[in-house]
Amino acid sequence: MALTIVSQIFPREMIPAVLPLIEDKLQHSKEIIRRKAVQALYKFYLIAPNQVQHIHDKFRKALCDRDVGVMAASLHIYLQMVKEDSSGYKDLTGSFVTILKQVVGGKLPIDFNYHSVPAPWLQIQLLRILGLLGKDDPRTSELMYDVLDESLRRAEINHNITYAILFECVQTIYTIHPKSELLEKAAKCIGKFVLSSKINLKYLGLKALTYVIQQDPNLALQHQMTIIECLDHPDPIIKRETLELLYRITNGQNVIVIVQKMLDYLKQSKEEYTIISLAGKVAELAEKYAPDNEWFIQTMNAVFSVGGDVVHPDIPNNFLRLLAEGFDDGKEDEQLRLYAVQSYLALLEEEDAFYPQKFLQVMSWVLGEYSSLVTDVDPEIILTRLHRLLKKTFVTAETKAWIMAAVTKIASRTTSSKTVDKLIREFSTSLDTCMRQYAFELKHLCEDKVLMKSLFPFDASCNDIVVDASLSFLDGFVAEVLGHGAAPYKPHHQRQEEKLSQEKALNFEPYGLSFASSMSSSGFTGRQSPTGLSFGSDTSGNSAETGHKETNSLKLDGVKKLWGKEGYLPKKENKIGKEDEALTVPRGSLLAGHVADPPVSQSDQVATFSEEEKEKQQLASTLFVGLGSNAGVSLMGKADMAVQKFKRKSKINETQNTEETPDIQNSAALALGPLLDTLPSNKEGHEGNEHTRLRKASLDSSDTTEDNLAFEKPQSLKKPGLDNRLLDSRLSSSSLFADSNIEIFHPSPSAQCESASKTLLAPSLPGELAELPHSEVVELCQSDDLALHLCKVWTDDSLLLTMFVSNKNTSALNDVNLVFEKAEHFQILESPAYQFSVIEAQSVEHCQQCVQMDKICTQGNLPGSINYQSGMETHLEFSITLSLLDFIRPMEMTTEDFGKLWLSLANDVKQNLKMSSSQDSFSAALNTLQQKLKLHIVDIIGNEGILACQLLPSVPCLLHCRIHAGMLALWFRSPCSALPDSLLYQCQKVMEES
Amino acid sequence: GCPRQQTGKIHFILLFSRQGKLRLQKWYTTLPEKEKKKITREIVQIILARNQKTSSFVDWKDLKLVYKRYASLYFCCAIEDQDNELLTLEVVHRYVELLDRYFGNVCELDIIFNFEKAYFILDEFIMGGEVQETSKKSAVKAMEDSDMLQETVEEYMNKPAF
Repeated sequence: MALTIVSQIFPREMIPAVLPLIEDKLQHSKEIIRRKAVQALYKFYLIAPNQVQHIHDKFRKALCDRDVGVMAASLHIYLQMVKEDSSGYKDLTGSFVTILKQVVGGKLPIDFNYHSVPAPWLQIQLLRILGLLGKDDPRTSELMYDVLDESLRRAEINHNITYAILFECVQTIYTIHPKSELLEKAAKCIGKFVLSSKINLKYLGLKALTYVIQQDPNLALQHQMTIIECLDHPDPIIKRETLELLYRITNGQNVIVIVQKMLDYLKQSKEEYTIISLAGKVAELAEKYAPDNEWFIQTMNAVFSVGGDVVHPDIPNNFLRLLAEGFDDGKEDEQLRLYAVQSYLALLEEEDAFYPQKFLQVMSWVLGEYSSLVTDVDPEIILTRLHRLLKKTFVTAETKAWIMAAVTKIASRTTSSKTVDKLIREFSTSLDTCMRQYAFELKHLCEDKVLMKSLFPFDASCNDIVVDASLSFLDGFVAEVLGHGAAPYKPHHQRQEEKLSQEKALNFEPYGLSFASSMSSSGFTGRQSPTGLSFGSDTSGNSAETGHKETNSLKLDGVKKLWGKEGYLPKKENKIGKEDEALTVPRGSLLAGHVADPPVSQSDQVATFSEEEKEKQQLASTLFVGLGSNAGVSLMGKADMAVQKFKRKSKINETQNTEETPDIQNSAALALGPLLDTLPSNKEGHEGNEHTRLRKASLDSSDTTEDNLAFEKPQSLKKPGLDNRLLDSRLSSSSLFADSNIEIFHPSPSAQCESASKTLLAPSLPGELAELPHSEVVELCQSDDLALHLCKVWTDDSLLLTMFVSNKNTSALNDVNLVFEKAEHFQILESPAYQFSVIEAQSVEHCQQCVQMDKICTQGNLPGSINYQSGMETHLEFSITLSLLDFIRPMEMTTEDFGKLWLSLANDVKQNLKMSSSQDSFSAALNTLQQKLKLHIVDIIGNEGILACQLLPSVPCLLHCRIHAGMLALWFRSPCSALPDSLLYQCQKVMEES
Repeated sequence: GCPRQQTGKIHFILLFSRQGKLRLQKWYTTLPEKEKKKITREIVQIILARNQKTSSFVDWKDLKLVYKRYASLYFCCAIEDQDNELLTLEVVHRYVELLDRYFGNVCELDIIFNFEKAYFILDEFIMGGEVQETSKKSAVKAMEDSDMLQETVEEYMNKPAF
């Protein structure tokens, strides 16, 4: 009973206290108690995963418990854990499969049966886990094919629960690495669902279909008539699921029909949530596949007027940005805007029409920006219409502000207008202070037309406004005041620090000995603003420099935009090609669209169909156009290729550029002489051979300057290589690496280790890195042609992943691409991809990636893949496990600094650990922490010790330990809330191990 | 700590009569009392308004309601979108079976008068929104065990009174 309560209501803080008690209960002789204990631990895991991490072994034991209840309970934990990180539990796949086999085979006690189906909930849990484990992993999936097949076969009894299992089975089959036989069977199952007369089953069938269709759109074709029927189904949930399905199969050719269907539903539905999600989908489809401008504007109008004010704010924002930024074809932009203005004017013509606020805002913005495009309408008329809107009572203050802005913009382009004058007169006496303010502003602007014109340039909504963030124009003033003896400005935090240090007499904290020593340095750093941008305005020279920086980055901005457009161009061409293709398929003509698919066979019987059925057929042919076998198997691939007519400019491209360009600049600034050529060549793609040779040279030369011994196998280098080395070392300036600046290495990674021996391709670190602390070289993946090895190098300021690619073939490998995927917790600095243009036979190449931890976790995976050409394109996947400790570095500081920092940190975590007998002395325990966790021991005072470390790049974490009666009391503090938790866990682990 | 993701669980279970009277409620998400009342009223209305022929599933906000009628009682669960509706339907059915087994031919009055037992059974069966004990026998046995416990406590309490 107590355990039931524990798992229902339990505060996070109490977990450490109760945990040992519950752990003991895992060994209890009664099943029910063991089961409840597992459940309680599951809850703990949900609340604070870090605190139960050390009992994972016990979960494994629970999984093998002789009682089914306990085993089932542990599955909950595993489902959760696998969901978070599937790669860590691949080894358990076998056990899960065996359990499922037993369950399906009816080996469980009979009282777990439910309507003569053995333990259905258990089955479903297992299926879900297997689905997660097998996702994108052919090898793991291989293990489950048999049991999945078995499950499909066994679940034949006509009962709801078997259908539920079937549904789960189908989902799993489509999630894991596909196998055609199973897919076929699963498809048959779905067919049974969809065609069922039971409404619940039909719904589930549709749901499964929606899921499956992402992999195989042809299934939709098989069931198209059913889908059409479901569209008109009286039950709204079926209708909605059908629309969801259609949404997934939308392409450029059927978009008009599908969007129409969705809008119809949208108009009927009243529920807010439905409207929001559906309106979002319509807008997305319209943006992606719009066949022409008119249709797009009309659709968006419908979305705005139906969706009203509940639509997601992104929709109007995106729409306006699209209008403003336009796409590459200026003429088309113009037309789109023109059409938008015309349609809005028409809408506003009606006297008493009611429109949602957001729609009005969109309208007024468009009219304000682009109304001058319409040449045949007098601006006076537009102004009158806007004026009329302003007087409506339903218009909110916010919308009024939008309208006023539009009026101001239009007014700036006309010479003089009666309506504007009237408007100013009316609202100058308005009770609404905002409106009065606008009216006055407008009045004064109207008096100075030249200023007004320059303030509101036409179509400038996307131009960036240059802001002088350093406020350099005030420098003269500041200098003058300083000259008169005024005190220099101190930022807020600096003043606070000073205040704190004055109060030191009252400070009773143990480490707060003195702050005076650090005063001078803090005075210096105080001038740095927290954003990293120097706001120093005390000397004009300084701010001139920042101003310079500012313009620099702005210039780069301009360059980037061009890039974005260039990247976009090919897609446009694509579209033209595709529309041609589309034209060959007569869209409207009944049923003629498909050549080799079900509709044709049905068309033979067309004479017997009633009028209504014909209509449905027609609808079907329009809906499923482009899905036929001639459209290829993968709809998704095609949909991706299909033009995104209104595709937004890719911002990613831009940001990447910003990162790269300064990089090159930096390196240029370092003036590395001959090496300079090699750095950018990485990005600009010079001739591969020359490239590698130069890079090799850069490294080799450094070797010669330092010590030849640093190279592990210098003698095995080929002779021509040696010649090159000598030649190159003469070329490169001698002091390149004298200051051992490792950062220079990142952009120009690699050296070539050429091993003469045929069998052994053991990768080893190049000289400089080998001297740094590093891990052992481990193998990540391998194929017949190449092997990938990894070595972690822990430099002072980063984690370098050194990847070795060894070519096992006797011929050279070309275009080897190494790509890291985006991981939840980690961030790759620089670009996540690296290309080796050529890897010679029997040789090893390497590259380095600098990684940072973005989100704190005790352990995480960084997935990636490598592909290369050798006869055929080969793709290998790998995953690197990184632990928090890879990112922890000692942080050196004085006791005083520690005391000061301690006070300023907010998040703290305390925990008592039992000391094992081997850690007899306090200092021994501290040494363990120092060695294993890379903590820096700041000071030891009696039975207390203080340690410090930092998470790269610079998140400090302080630790205070005290020994007391065989217990080690740990007290962490850090500015980051997750860090102490994770570190504590690492401490626990280390202390238990030693 | 890490952000907790909610995964495929039941958000709440409501039992109400055909007249719209709430008989039992169990919430697996934390909500203020007022909010709960509002939601309950809304859902009871939605479900009572549906006719017999429609499916047992209703979209409701970002959740799905799965309901089934047993005699005069409606059992309703709110689940997440990616959940298996059919399975939830069977969860409801299993719960009814458990009640039936414990009370012996269960009826609405049993639940009204022995609501605490109904809650116990539910707790034994579902925990934190997920099905825990699927064996009918052991669930009922656990119930009977705790009943024994309860009675002995009562006896114990009664003794000093004499």
